[in-house]
Amino acid sequence: MPSTAPSPQPNFALDLEPLETHAFGNRSLTWWGIVAFFLIEGTAFALAIAAYFFLMSWDHAWPPPPLNPPDLLAGTLFTIVILLSEIPNTLIKWAAEKYELPRVRGLLVLMSLIGLVLLVVRAFEFNSLNVFWYQNAYGSAIWMLLVLHTTHIVTDWVDTLVLTALMFTPHGTEGRRFVDCSENAVYWRFVWLCWLPIYALIYWLPRLVN
Amino acid sequence: MSERTYLRDGPDLTGAALHDKLARTWGDRPGFWGWAASVDHKSIGRRYLVTAFVFLALGGALALAMRLQLSGPQKALIGPDRYNQIFTMHGTTMMFLFAVPVMDAVAIYLLPLMLGTRNLAFPRLNAFSWWMYVAGGSMLWIAFVLNAGPDAGWFSYVPLAGPEFSPGKRVDFWAQMVTFTEVAALAVAVSITATILKARAPGMTLARMPVFAWSMLVVSLMVIFSMPSIALTSAMLMADRMVGTQFFNPYEYGDALLWQHLFWFFGHPEVYIIFLPATGFVSEIVQVFTGRQVFGHTAVVLSLVATGLLAFGLWVHHMFATGLPRMGYAFYTAASMAVAVPSGIQIFCWIATIWTGRPRYRLPMLWVVGFIVTFVAGGLTGVMLASVPLDLQVHDTYFVVAHFHYVLIGGAVFPLLGAVVYWFPKFTGRMMDERWGKLAFWIALPAFHLTFFPMHYLGIMGMPRRVYTYPAGMGWDTLNLISSIGAFLFAGGVLVFVGNALWSLKRGEAAPADPWAAHGLEWTTSSPPAPYNFAHIPVVTSATPLWDPERPVTRGLRVEDREVLLTTVFEARPDLREPSPMPTLWPMIAALATTVLFVCSIFTPWAIVIGSVPVGVALIAWFWPKDRGPEGEPVVD
Amino acid sequence: MRRGAVLLVMALGGCSALYGPQSSAMGQGMESAHIGNLFDLFLWVTVPIYLGVMVFLALAMRRRQARVQGAARPEQEAGWRLGLVLFAVTSALILFGLSVATWFTDRTIARAGAGPALSVEVIGHQWWWEVRYHDPVAGRELRTANELVIPAGATVKVSLSSPDVIHSLWIPNLAGKQDLIPGRTSDVVLKVPKPGEFRAQCAEFCGLQHAQMALPVSVRAPGDFAKWYNAGLATPPVPGGGPEFAGYSLFTGRQCASCHNIAGTPASGQVAPDLTHFGSRTTIASGVLPNTAASLDRWIADPQRVKPGTQMPQVPLSPEERAAVVAYLESLK
Repeated sequence: MPSTAPSPQPNFALDLEPLETHAFGNRSLTWWGIVAFFLIEGTAFALAIAAYFFLMSWDHAWPPPPLNPPDLLAGTLFTIVILLSEIPNTLIKWAAEKYELPRVRGLLVLMSLIGLVLLVVRAFEFNSLNVFWYQNAYGSAIWMLLVLHTTHIVTDWVDTLVLTALMFTPHGTEGRRFVDCSENAVYWRFVWLCWLPIYALIYWLPRLVN
Repeated sequence: MSERTYLRDGPDLTGAALHDKLARTWGDRPGFWGWAASVDHKSIGRRYLVTAFVFLALGGALALAMRLQLSGPQKALIGPDRYNQIFTMHGTTMMFLFAVPVMDAVAIYLLPLMLGTRNLAFPRLNAFSWWMYVAGGSMLWIAFVLNAGPDAGWFSYVPLAGPEFSPGKRVDFWAQMVTFTEVAALAVAVSITATILKARAPGMTLARMPVFAWSMLVVSLMVIFSMPSIALTSAMLMADRMVGTQFFNPYEYGDALLWQHLFWFFGHPEVYIIFLPATGFVSEIVQVFTGRQVFGHTAVVLSLVATGLLAFGLWVHHMFATGLPRMGYAFYTAASMAVAVPSGIQIFCWIATIWTGRPRYRLPMLWVVGFIVTFVAGGLTGVMLASVPLDLQVHDTYFVVAHFHYVLIGGAVFPLLGAVVYWFPKFTGRMMDERWGKLAFWIALPAFHLTFFPMHYLGIMGMPRRVYTYPAGMGWDTLNLISSIGAFLFAGGVLVFVGNALWSLKRGEAAPADPWAAHGLEWTTSSPPAPYNFAHIPVVTSATPLWDPERPVTRGLRVEDREVLLTTVFEARPDLREPSPMPTLWPMIAALATTVLFVCSIFTPWAIVIGSVPVGVALIAWFWPKDRGPEGEPVVD
Repeated sequence: MRRGAVLLVMALGGCSALYGPQSSAMGQGMESAHIGNLFDLFLWVTVPIYLGVMVFLALAMRRRQARVQGAARPEQEAGWRLGLVLFAVTSALILFGLSVATWFTDRTIARAGAGPALSVEVIGHQWWWEVRYHDPVAGRELRTANELVIPAGATVKVSLSSPDVIHSLWIPNLAGKQDLIPGRTSDVVLKVPKPGEFRAQCAEFCGLQHAQMALPVSVRAPGDFAKWYNAGLATPPVPGGGPEFAGYSLFTGRQCASCHNIAGTPASGQVAPDLTHFGSRTTIASGVLPNTAASLDRWIADPQRVKPGTQMPQVPLSPEERAAVVAYLESLK
């Protein structure tokens, strides 16, 4: 059934045809989806951190004896690599917003490799925590923080791989795919920004607090 | 961008010819697969509604079983094990499987129509969320039927719900159901937030947006900030139970109260997530049936926002008996009292609207009056509960049971029933029968009070909650019997309401586009709306579009491809033409894969690793762009 | 709680349970009396507010008879806006006042409970109460279970803990409730002017038999309390003969001894209620049955039938053996 317009010929007041069909930044609908995701995951991280502090607040050593804090090497190496990865990440964003396809392709391949390297280093991190998740609540808390963050690394890495593949197909010339590349870069920033407080809590707080 | 010419709506393509093309573009294929692949918000909204009401019936049946068992002292109808499962399932079903999804249901159906667009943002995510909701609810109920239902309360306190005191899978089913429903609710919240902020009709500034849309914006943000808490803590509980973490084990540096903090950080906003959409219903209904815009529109909107914010600062009032520092408690008393002020402001504004308008007491208005009469009482017992010393007497007693049923049934279900009557013609094209509707109302309202008012006394008189029986000679017998009788009468009233709805679906009087002389955009569409909602996206110049003499529209959207309009956040200036997804089965398939992952991970943690592969594949297939269509306009040669 | 609640109740037909042994309306302890007064205040504030809102609504609904066309005119809106502001400010002030009254009550209760106190420890178990009295004499401790006896007029500080799940001790006639949380200790202060018999109940869901985890609370004149206390410290003699001795042999020979403790006998189990002076308790199984020979026989014969899910197993005993055990336990005064 047609809609009940009051007059036979509707009053056409605005012409939408000249509008574009894709845009970068907060004009893009998926940008809002990604920001909502940041809020959700960010809240989850904030609460996990709050839980960590809550468990730490009892009157006992942290980590509880006889445990040692996690070794610094793997975690610090991870932090350095992920911070450096922001350079190609930002370059991707700029290139995507200028529709520079070859550049975007190359940098995405680089980011995929960096992701792989990070996951390998992350495996070493798990191995050097000096505690298992089942030993006590301290172990459970730092494993929880590390597992939560690793999930983000994995999902963003898979996202990046898919996007890389996509940019090498004919779809790679579409405007909306460049928007995807730009937004993927923004998501990566969230991933390493969340890492910084977690790095501090896992590796440094146990050393500073006792 | 592109060289092709596309068919667009406008002076050359309008009326019946436009309708044919739009209906073909936006319609679903018939049959089961067409339904399963639908991404139409109206189809998904209807599914959500039906599913939510099924769970309401199931949860209600559990309530009747409980009232039967408690109708007298030392009854042997239901033993403690089954009873503990029943009260856990009642609370869990009502809170997770009915109350939040039903509000989402109405929002999913109505918001695009109210806002003047053709679909929600992220329609496939919406479809996915319904499959997840159904899967989680079904898993829980199948477990219950198989005597593996959770039995540690809807709030599942540790250490009782932990590995030592709740062995087996019962609590794991509860925790995983939470994961399902939380994923669904978060998905809907993201979709609704993006829709409200970016997809409003041109000219619909935030100030001109319907109050219900404001309530859903506030609620969606509340979901985004509160649901992660219970997702996190239920995952921690499953980890304690299945892989040996020690989060809640005080003997290994864990803390039982950590659970309570994380649960109630979600749990308190949850009840406002349920209540605020109902206030949106009330505002919409009161406006239409008094013929004026709600008095104090700005105050009402600010009250919604204030309630949403304050709701995050109250959770410790569920923990007043746990022995936390009294100085901290004082803050939560003040905050818990303060939250009554915005709700009171809304009540004042609604009554003022009635006073200064031209009220018509059709059935939706009756439910609004029933709401005011009931909710205000519940709000005032809430003020009592906010006071620490008073709470220390009535906490965990039937006084609290009375309070929250007054605010949840009175404050959310009564407006919901009014909303169902009000929007029934829009959803179905038929009117609900007014006389049977009034009968249902006049049974349900007094029966509600008969059921729950005595519980205030029972609580004061020493009857604790969550008890499968009570001794004779306590003086509780008569009030319990009265309450049980009331419960059955209330169920009768609800049955009459539902029967009326079902009968009216087939035999109700046919409804025009605008049977109530309303003012919102949804009433410009047909009843029920066409698949494309609006033939031409409307342009809005006030908060009451249908009461304006002029009704301008836009032109220029594509007609043979799905296209919606994005506008700017505050002023709603037209900004982008956004392609909207065609029907697809990938959301259903992804939900199936996720369901397998979630359910299997109750039995082995390896399911998380193995199960994520099919989930990943389904998600990639879902998001992989389709062959170069109109939205695939190349920007590079 | 008293006057306000009583008036309301009488208006609705009256209920005798308001005056019962498990009612928060009685205000028979220091804390519950203060809370009762606060509740009265809240009632006197909230009930008129409710009635006022209903009157406001009724007037709004009635006014449709004298209706003018269209919505309120702007100058009327100004009046309503003022009304809204007044309403908001008034509600905020009232709520602030109720908050102040709350804090004041809290402080009064805390102050009144200060000072030297008799120290009792209540430990919650699934689904019974362990009670220990700390004696000033080192090494001496009165242990009992499923009863709390305190002197009238004195300040009693009851510290609360639990080794298993969260419980909550609620003696509505005397005080508000406090949770017993594993890993933490909290306390509740009792100060009861007059003797009386009360009933407490667990008020935090703790599993299968949460509904039947009650605690008889007996407040006695100081002299009576001292008598009870000293009798409690004494070790009961081993029976000389007769059915009591037969029961004693069975009790210490069978699995009873592996769970229960009776001072002066080989029975020294720590996981079940201490039964040293069981004969002088008023109830069996934490308030589920009255302490009579017939009920005790019923309990021992089939605990699961009385309290399904209880940890107490069914000990195979012939009716005569059971009668002997009953006789022995009832002799433990």
